[in-house]
Amino acid sequence: MKEYAAPDERITRIAMNLRNSSPRDLARQLAFTRREFLRAAAGLGIGSTLLHSSAMAHMAAPLKKRKVVVVTFGGGARDQETFAPQGQENIPHLMHELIPQSTFFTQVVNRGILGHYVATASLATGVYETLNNFASLPPDHPTVFEYFRKDLKRPASDAWVVAPSNGFNRIGESSNRSFGAGFGAGVILPKHLLSAAMSGAGGYDHLLRDSYETPFYTPELGGGEFELRQLEMMLRLSVDDFKAHALTLSSPDELSVYIAHQLMRQQSPSLLWITLHDIDIAHAGAYSLYIEGIRRTDRLCADLWNAIQNEPEYAGNTTMFILPDFGRDLDDDAGGNGFQHHRTGDVLSRTTWMMALGAGVRPGLVFDRPVDSTDLVPTLGTMLGFSSSMAQGQPIAELL
Amino acid sequence: MHPKDLKPEQFRGYPPEAGKLAVDYLAVLQLLPLAFLSSLLKEVIEYDFKFPAEREAVEKELANLRTLPAAELELWMHGFAQIQLSSALERQDWVNAPAQFVEQLSAHLWSTHQLDGFRNAALEYANRVRAAVPPEAPAAPRLGITIIGQGVAASPKPLFRELRPQGAYYSNVQPENGLKILLDAVTARAKAQPAGYAHWYVDGGEAANHDAAITSVSYAALQPARAILSEKMRAQIERPGMGPEALRTLLARMAPSDLGLNAGDAVLQRFQMKLLTEGSGTQVFSTTFAQWTAREALRRAQPLTLLVRFAPRQRQRPMNELLYGSHEHAELDPLGSLLDADFGAYYNWLNQQRLPGAGQSSFLVWFEDHREALVIGPSVPRGTSSKAAVDLQQLLNWAS
Repeated sequence: MKEYAAPDERITRIAMNLRNSSPRDLARQLAFTRREFLRAAAGLGIGSTLLHSSAMAHMAAPLKKRKVVVVTFGGGARDQETFAPQGQENIPHLMHELIPQSTFFTQVVNRGILGHYVATASLATGVYETLNNFASLPPDHPTVFEYFRKDLKRPASDAWVVAPSNGFNRIGESSNRSFGAGFGAGVILPKHLLSAAMSGAGGYDHLLRDSYETPFYTPELGGGEFELRQLEMMLRLSVDDFKAHALTLSSPDELSVYIAHQLMRQQSPSLLWITLHDIDIAHAGAYSLYIEGIRRTDRLCADLWNAIQNEPEYAGNTTMFILPDFGRDLDDDAGGNGFQHHRTGDVLSRTTWMMALGAGVRPGLVFDRPVDSTDLVPTLGTMLGFSSSMAQGQPIAELL
Repeated sequence: MHPKDLKPEQFRGYPPEAGKLAVDYLAVLQLLPLAFLSSLLKEVIEYDFKFPAEREAVEKELANLRTLPAAELELWMHGFAQIQLSSALERQDWVNAPAQFVEQLSAHLWSTHQLDGFRNAALEYANRVRAAVPPEAPAAPRLGITIIGQGVAASPKPLFRELRPQGAYYSNVQPENGLKILLDAVTARAKAQPAGYAHWYVDGGEAANHDAAITSVSYAALQPARAILSEKMRAQIERPGMGPEALRTLLARMAPSDLGLNAGDAVLQRFQMKLLTEGSGTQVFSTTFAQWTAREALRRAQPLTLLVRFAPRQRQRPMNELLYGSHEHAELDPLGSLLDADFGAYYNWLNQQRLPGAGQSSFLVWFEDHREALVIGPSVPRGTSSKAAVDLQQLLNWAS
């Protein structure tokens, strides 16, 4: 007699139980299976009991040298295409290179709006923002970049965002004037830069196709964007070199990672935020393209981690966080169309994960307790030594 | 305006049968909270263009609401009555444009964190309706057939992974005349159980010859409509001030004639228009079109027979290829399409199993022109495989 059900059967049972479970129970079940998948595949320990981490904190770099890179995992992917046994082939780099070095949180809950810009803005402010997902608007609450720069008196060059599309160009700085204007992060939109670099050649509208959620619409930029002429000045990159390199890349996220790498080399920001987005091609409904997006994102996360290890300014003193902004709809929910969208607001589309690795992080631990999406900013604040006074979340004790 | 103020003359703008239905049930409509009523009116206003199964469902729902004693109706509507609407929403013309209202209601629910409350109210209501007016069993057991992999010489991966636990996998199927055998089976069922929109054939490419008794939709036949839609959207997007919401409103207001869908069955014309204006990716990828059409046909028409044949979709060109400026006609991606279709077959089965009579339904998926197929049915052993030589007709016999 089998002691445990096979993993596939376990997933099916969870799905079957959906209607009979409370959202909290379901999120807990999801976290449990995620942990079991990781334990089976990567042999990770279970950090169910909090260990005091002062020893690890002492091992971390002095605050002034400490750097943080946040990567949002590309538009959301479901467990069955990632951590579940049948999905692990799509994320070999996460499973075998990054997760063993990570502290992994299996239950990160997003209680906000499941649109990519507004959800990423919520991650960056620590408050569930309610702004229009498809408008060029700044977040209402101070961003992590503003807290960081104002509290620690850091220059503009020390905080950067690399984001996929025009819709994200206001994410660097909030509209909260009581906090103080001018403390935001610089935002680079690589696709927009590329389109500008290619201008005159004609026929590149498709490059600006902004959001897979609204593929036929590109919002106007709202000002403050990184311009083409700054490439040379800030990134020591000529327009011709930029164009030539772009011609070797297959996707906008590859371009984003290339730009992020240039930023690390030339500006060495202490706070770097990279939003990957290729996975969101899922909105077009082609499963094979969604899987391709997951595989590419998996590879790019490893590329970023390797770049961190190979850059002297970053190696040994950088903590990297990888987390999706939210998930995608469950196959079982008749209100959605499975992987294609994130419209139902079901528990699976709200319950994601996060991994932290690098300086000050204990490797190989998995925590199941619920963590909120808004906990990221206070955690970064405690790590880097700034106060995130208006954020709603709490610092994640397991990382401090 | 409040629902209690509804008057018969306000439904003059409705199509004839829809207007009559609304006026017939005006007394009960006046008692419903707007958060619920708007969704109901969204169904009512489309009544003239609905499939028989949908008409029957709307009629039964309205009749049931009318029979509920006041206290019970209040109980049924309690969750919806708790939803707080903005005065701006209440001022909208929700009688004549309920679809647009629901669109904005959805945004309001997300931004005011009331989506979970609405979702719970909707689930509770659906359960009550199902208990009060149980869905009727179909006139005959349903049969779903999905054909995948057109133009692929060999699959790079094992097929039917999601479906294998549900049925029997055959690896030595005679492929000769496969499409004809399957279409003949659909024709035979259409003749044996004649009813409007009860037997469907959806083709992701060009439809093969089929009997006139079968309702048919194909991606190729809609090419002119897709081109017109694409041009209209492009023109709208280029207008100043056009945003995603405005674009969706425009699409919601379209009539089939706007896309050149003038000939033949008005119900089917409208169905086809909605596939293109409401489906995401259906305009671009034939695999998405086939899957979404199957989903909508099952959800709306509840057919007794549905044959879906996937065809190769256009290849998604990588960024660098686009940059090189090649504007040649997009080539096809048979292998990617096979993966799309393989997963699409799983969704076809899931969507079929959501309908009444699921326990008696059967399903067959075949790798076109190859020897692999899988059968699911009430008497088919689950999770089994067979190397025995069989033909598709035998499989159909065993499935039912």
